[in-house]
Amino acid sequence: MPSSDYDPACLPDLLPLYYRRLFPFSQYHRWLNYGGVQKNYFQNREFSFTLKDDIYVRYQSFNTQNELEKEMQRMNPYKIDIGAVYSHRPNQHNTVKSGSFQALEKELVFDIDMTDYDDVRSCCSAADICARCWTLMTIAVRVLDRALREDFGFRHLLWVYSGRRGVHCWVCDEAARKLSAAARSAVAEYLSLVKGGEETVKKVVLSDPIHPFIKESLAVVEHYFPQYALQQQDLLSRKDSVDKVLALVPEDVKKELQMRFQNEKRPEIRWKLIEDQAHKKQSTAKKGQHFEKEIMLQYCYPRLDVNVSKGVNHLLKSPFSVHPKTGRVSVPIDLRELDKFDPFAVPTISLICEELDRPKAGEEEEEKPEDATEREDERDAAEKRKIRAYKRTSLAKYVKHFDQFLDALARSRKGELLRQSDLQKEF
Amino acid sequence: MQFTGRRNKFGTNLQTELYLQPLQFYGQPPLENISLSEFETFAVERLKLLKTVENLGVSYVKQSEQYKQKLEKELKNLNFSYRPDAVDKDNKESSKKPPQNGPSELEKRRKDHISHFILRLAYCQTEDLRRWFIQQEVDLFRYRFNELQPIQKLEFLHKNNLQYDAISVEEKKNLKDNLVSSSYAVSGIKVELEEFYKVPFQDALDLVRTRKVYLKDGFAYIPHQDIVTIVLNDFRTRLSKALALTARSLPAVHSDERLQPLLNHLSHAYVGQDYSIQKNVGKISLEQIDSLSGKSFPLCMRKLHQALRENHHLRHGGRMQYGLFLKGIGLSLEQALQFWRMEFTRGKVDADKFDKAYAYSIRHMFGKEGKRTDYTPYSCMKVILSNPPSQGDYHGCPFRHSEPELLKQKLQFYKVSPSGVSQIMELVKGMHYQLACQKYFELTHNVEDTSFSLSHPNQYFLESQKLLGGGKDIKREADTPQRSQENSAPRGSSAADASEHLAETTEDLDAFFVDV
Ligand code: SF4
Ligand SMILES: [Zn+2]
Repeated sequence: MPSSDYDPACLPDLLPLYYRRLFPFSQYHRWLNYGGVQKNYFQNREFSFTLKDDIYVRYQSFNTQNELEKEMQRMNPYKIDIGAVYSHRPNQHNTVKSGSFQALEKELVFDIDMTDYDDVRSCCSAADICARCWTLMTIAVRVLDRALREDFGFRHLLWVYSGRRGVHCWVCDEAARKLSAAARSAVAEYLSLVKGGEETVKKVVLSDPIHPFIKESLAVVEHYFPQYALQQQDLLSRKDSVDKVLALVPEDVKKELQMRFQNEKRPEIRWKLIEDQAHKKQSTAKKGQHFEKEIMLQYCYPRLDVNVSKGVNHLLKSPFSVHPKTGRVSVPIDLRELDKFDPFAVPTISLICEELDRPKAGEEEEEKPEDATEREDERDAAEKRKIRAYKRTSLAKYVKHFDQFLDALARSRKGELLRQSDLQKEF
Repeated sequence: MQFTGRRNKFGTNLQTELYLQPLQFYGQPPLENISLSEFETFAVERLKLLKTVENLGVSYVKQSEQYKQKLEKELKNLNFSYRPDAVDKDNKESSKKPPQNGPSELEKRRKDHISHFILRLAYCQTEDLRRWFIQQEVDLFRYRFNELQPIQKLEFLHKNNLQYDAISVEEKKNLKDNLVSSSYAVSGIKVELEEFYKVPFQDALDLVRTRKVYLKDGFAYIPHQDIVTIVLNDFRTRLSKALALTARSLPAVHSDERLQPLLNHLSHAYVGQDYSIQKNVGKISLEQIDSLSGKSFPLCMRKLHQALRENHHLRHGGRMQYGLFLKGIGLSLEQALQFWRMEFTRGKVDADKFDKAYAYSIRHMFGKEGKRTDYTPYSCMKVILSNPPSQGDYHGCPFRHSEPELLKQKLQFYKVSPSGVSQIMELVKGMHYQLACQKYFELTHNVEDTSFSLSHPNQYFLESQKLLGGGKDIKREADTPQRSQENSAPRGSSAADASEHLAETTEDLDAFFVDV
């Protein structure tokens, strides 16, 4: 199933089919409605569409799933972005007295893009990715997922492949959605370790004591580092790359290492030499000699686009939107299989549309009954047909994972309701 | 002006108690009457203070020695309280002798209280204004809190019911390693001695941001020495909520014909520049003024210019407003003298009389006489609020001070389209004078949406020149800090009369502050 069969020129022909028969509207609405706990939560949500020829329409909003469906089928957006939940219907923002139209809530989001790693990748650059550098994304997800859960106490993290060269994270806990802009930027800064642009050589500087968060993150990086950096990226094999690494250690250590490297070509041993030097320094010098850790972090630590996370009203590409360049669907990633996740195996819109046309071979009728409370009455037959439709395609397993994510959200909503009613009983 | 009606009987006691503390959380609005002139003075002085806080925060490391010294000096200058222990001293000494210079500490605290609440009204209106106001108030609060003695800090926490959960010895033991490696100043021994408070991470953002605190499962574990962070955060949150509530009651303020413009102007002032330091002195020739007045002068200045050409005279208020504006667009002292002399001597004034009676005041404007104050051109706020024109005066703001019918005719005469005229008149009716002026700017410069927010006649001129392509030689440095002259500039007695009059007609201010 090569993805090379996707041709951007066909997108206008494929999108109508995708939105009519494949896009998981039901789950999508279930997600953004959040159990209908808060009034108008779905209705006041901003969507923005990128149409043909880069026409960009902001402040779309919809009253019902049905309306959303109809509009998307009518406009066939090339790209869908999700924005904030506002104080009023976004599509009426012009009629509201200025100043009172405000972004109130949104998931806490993170955007990690491979282009931000260009100075530490030897395999590709810019928008290109390959299996080798994808490890950087795996590391990013591991580091951030751990921190967001263990340090910040969030539970409902939806990780999504961006469709091209990166990943997004949607933190959907109620507490996360209610965070102020200041809190979002504080979280993002807490999570940022790599600082400085083209003009900065040393982008990670650690100082004593090393914060528990950094220790935990280092543990993740160390797990991937030998295989990824030393083997796949040839970090300590190629001359130019060795020079770049040695630019990150103190002058005297650098001289020593350069000498030793002349007789030692094996990357693992070279790394061992760097570590030895670091340990030696740490035992003699006073403080702040963590260059081996700094090197690992500079080459592997997640690089966040902080601006995306900061603003409540910042838009981010929606899950299940199609990437117009690659044709790949932006699919949720199952972290239990993160190490096996292959961006090139993510289905393209041409593939799933084609699968739809194939004869139903061995299709199973294991239709899972939907949560009756969250279903509206009108759609039934059509809905069922659609469920069957995406189930016949490679999109199925991603939608299934999305379902599981939504079930977990619903469970904790119920738990919260129970807790509250228990509290009330106590009084 | 009366801040409240219904709570008056408790007022005095509560108030006195409030002012016994060196610092407060501004939980209650003021409960007393104040005159409108005091209202204005307080507001402008707090604004100055907050602008200083902002400037210092940019120029110095917050809480560094220099920062603290400068801030203390400014607090002293503007008669805001700056010494947390001053009241006790005052009280002890007051039996012997009354305070010698200026207001007593209690009066300063009263001013602090009232002025804070006035600015809340002005700065609750938009997200940007709120953000700016909160930031400066939080910085000011941080400075003051840190100046307190340890015992006073505890008292403050106690009085304001700020209780934070300290973790148990057991928990502390379990987390010891992590607590030690999360804070630069906490050693193993200190962990045992010090209290740690467990708060939601949202309450300690400054520590989270800089990774100076241990985080676990959404909670931050804060050593006692960093407690200021939580207090500040609490302050920030309360203030932010209070501003949002006040904003919702704004319609009430909007309907108040006297308050609304004042508040609008206060809030516009924070982005304001003073347009006093010129890089382009002498770049404009006297011959250009006639044509510039038609193209790039705001209506207030155009009107003054016309009046001057027609009558060969302007009264004091007009000379100040127009003279300083001309200085602001780049006339040198020599040019100014020549300009005014030429025009005045065409009328009833001969050269000799001009030199004796008027030249002094021109030089005065340029800081060459008297106190040698370098007067700054008037902002819109000043033009609109102070010294309203009376018979024979041409100064003031046409959008504020002209009869609507006359203004309308004038706009039509200046070839503003009928729909444009009605848009402008609509804004005038809503007392949005600067917006009306800005609309006029847009219509006459053929731009859809101006990127600036008008707060100064000289700004109008510069923006116009930029658009018309004349801006290249008439540029000034954009980042000049404002040196506000709102107060020190001379004021006619008519302004005071007007204030008196206002005092009778304004409503209870505290009605605008919804109880949380
Ligand atoms: S708003 Fe300012 S610039 Fe416009 S007319 Fe009034 S004073 Fe002049
Ligand atoms: Zn690659």
